[in-house]
Amino acid sequence: MSVASTPEGAHLGSPAETPPSPDKGMFGIQGTGDVSGFGGLARPRVTEADTPRPFGGYFDEVYDALEEAYPGFADAIEKVVVDRGELTLHITPQRIAEVCQIMRNDESLRFELCSSVDAVDYLGSDSRRFHISYQLTSMTYRRRVRLEAAVAEGVALPSVTSIYPTADWQEREIYDMFGVVFAGHPNLTRILMPDDWEGHPQRKDYPLGGVPVEYKGAEIPPPDQRRVYQ
Amino acid sequence: MTSQTTSGAEYATERETTEGRVFTVTGGDWDSITGSIDPLSNEKIVVNMGPQHPSTHGVLRLVLELEGETVTQVRPVVGYLHTGIEKNLEYRNWTQGTTFVTRMDYLAPLFNETGYCLAVEKLLGITDDITERANTIRVLFMELNRISSHLVWIATTGMELGAISMMLYGFREREYILDIFEETTGLRMNHAYIRPGGVAQDVPDSAIRKIRDLLVYLPKKLKEYEAMLSGQVIWQERTQGVAVLDVTGCLSLGITGPVLRSAGLAWDLRKTMPYCGYEDYEFDVPTATTADVWGRYLVRMAEIRESLKLVEQALDKLKPGPVMIADKKIAWPAQLAVGVDGMGNSLEHVAKIMGQSMESLIHHFKLVTEGFRVPAGQVYVGIEHPRGELGVHAVSDGGTHPYRVHYRDPSFVNLQAIPAMAEGALLADVIAGGASLDPVMGGCDR
Repeated sequence: MSVASTPEGAHLGSPAETPPSPDKGMFGIQGTGDVSGFGGLARPRVTEADTPRPFGGYFDEVYDALEEAYPGFADAIEKVVVDRGELTLHITPQRIAEVCQIMRNDESLRFELCSSVDAVDYLGSDSRRFHISYQLTSMTYRRRVRLEAAVAEGVALPSVTSIYPTADWQEREIYDMFGVVFAGHPNLTRILMPDDWEGHPQRKDYPLGGVPVEYKGAEIPPPDQRRVYQ
Repeated sequence: MTSQTTSGAEYATERETTEGRVFTVTGGDWDSITGSIDPLSNEKIVVNMGPQHPSTHGVLRLVLELEGETVTQVRPVVGYLHTGIEKNLEYRNWTQGTTFVTRMDYLAPLFNETGYCLAVEKLLGITDDITERANTIRVLFMELNRISSHLVWIATTGMELGAISMMLYGFREREYILDIFEETTGLRMNHAYIRPGGVAQDVPDSAIRKIRDLLVYLPKKLKEYEAMLSGQVIWQERTQGVAVLDVTGCLSLGITGPVLRSAGLAWDLRKTMPYCGYEDYEFDVPTATTADVWGRYLVRMAEIRESLKLVEQALDKLKPGPVMIADKKIAWPAQLAVGVDGMGNSLEHVAKIMGQSMESLIHHFKLVTEGFRVPAGQVYVGIEHPRGELGVHAVSDGGTHPYRVHYRDPSFVNLQAIPAMAEGALLADVIAGGASLDPVMGGCDR
């Protein structure tokens, strides 16, 4: 026997019977309603201001020594930022290898060790989106300085591997993760991801998840699509 | 094209490819390989060692070009353990980050956590507000962790060079330290114990007693190890004059830690750029001058003893007090309880937020779901990890999540030294040289 119409009293008006609203979720939330950050809350980047002199500490000495030792200083330095007790010299990308050479060799600078090279993707807040940071350490003077070079997508910058061979794998990692090309690197190939991987995972426009799992065909949706609070 | 045939013994298969003959060796069948190679026309052999190989310290792959038994070229291949931890950090709040970074270098989890927390604290500008007890606990646990990491080094290196009993002894003593960690943090590894603002909870008295026992117990065991290894002719032959890398080589390749100190440069960030109050402790920086595997063995054994000195001093300095920063806008509830399945909220805390104070509940909810905001900017923090300089470059855009966190892991940087150490040496020395770098692939590939 088939029911022609819904029996009387079947509608209780309970919340469970209310169909999900396409534009409003539970508790009247609009949009993703996400406080965990998976939804990608966009926030404009605060531009770091040029720090006026004196910088304090050994920073003035480093700055003056570099100015004295490097003839192209005025063209190479874009900005000097002192923040949280750290000195950052923003360098024109094409000059980065020359500056590193001076930083390593000059007697009053002597940054013998390149501790780390890595990149940050400032997508949407800087037209030169990739900022490459070089953390230099002077063992002689026990000092640290950060050099920062910003490049736009598709623009190469000189490799520092001939000055600091330790940058070899770190530049490869940046190429792998961000797709930044270092001109003059002896073997710029992927290092952490498989050789045939498409895309550069650490870019801000590369999602977390949503990539088919190799061998199994399984897929995990990106975090902002995993759960919908309706 | 390829055709597969079985040659000589039953397990070593060979096939012809466009690049030459390819053999697949599964172990114990080298005779069949060497028997089928014509020594006059096939002088050069390319051996692919790893990524699954008991002597490569994890999933490290080495592509070796051999002439006879001499290595002419080594190409290390990494990335098999890449898990995208740095990417994941950008999708969690600042406090949740410790849970991720602790899984990088799994033999030194407390260093990963401390490096991360020091960076977050520097970004917040609260470095000086960390309580003395929290700093002392950090030093105490980092030094215990350094000992356990070095014990694994001596254990695995012993095994790789043929001293199997060393492996059993090393892991046995390490278990003792892991018990202390379990007693305090609830977990043997991957603790997420050190948190931005302090540590997750106080050290129980039972753990302190165990640490005191360790201070008596371990020095005896160290003597036993040395009695077993140092005078051993095979151990000496396998390590002395092997995989030499001098100071110049170390600096240009960015090698730090025991490998650099074995070459004679006493560079230790705990002394040269102190953090967590290391300037208040008395300890020496052991060095060697041989720059070989033997020197690295001596340095690491001496470092275990120095760490024991530091642990003892830290225990004496441990005065009662809070273990989490006073600022409640940053401090996660630190009065946690260790249950059977690890660390959780204490019933006392739950009773307070659920029963007594609505404001506490709201505050707790906001702090835990959303997290605290960190002013925009970037910092770089370097700490002395058992394998060298661990650098954390943390960038904030002013939000509740890291904008970018990069780990300069010493295993990743140090592995670049394998070609410099091994080319021109014997195949067996590749194992000794690689082991002496103490690479941990979880940290290398992140």
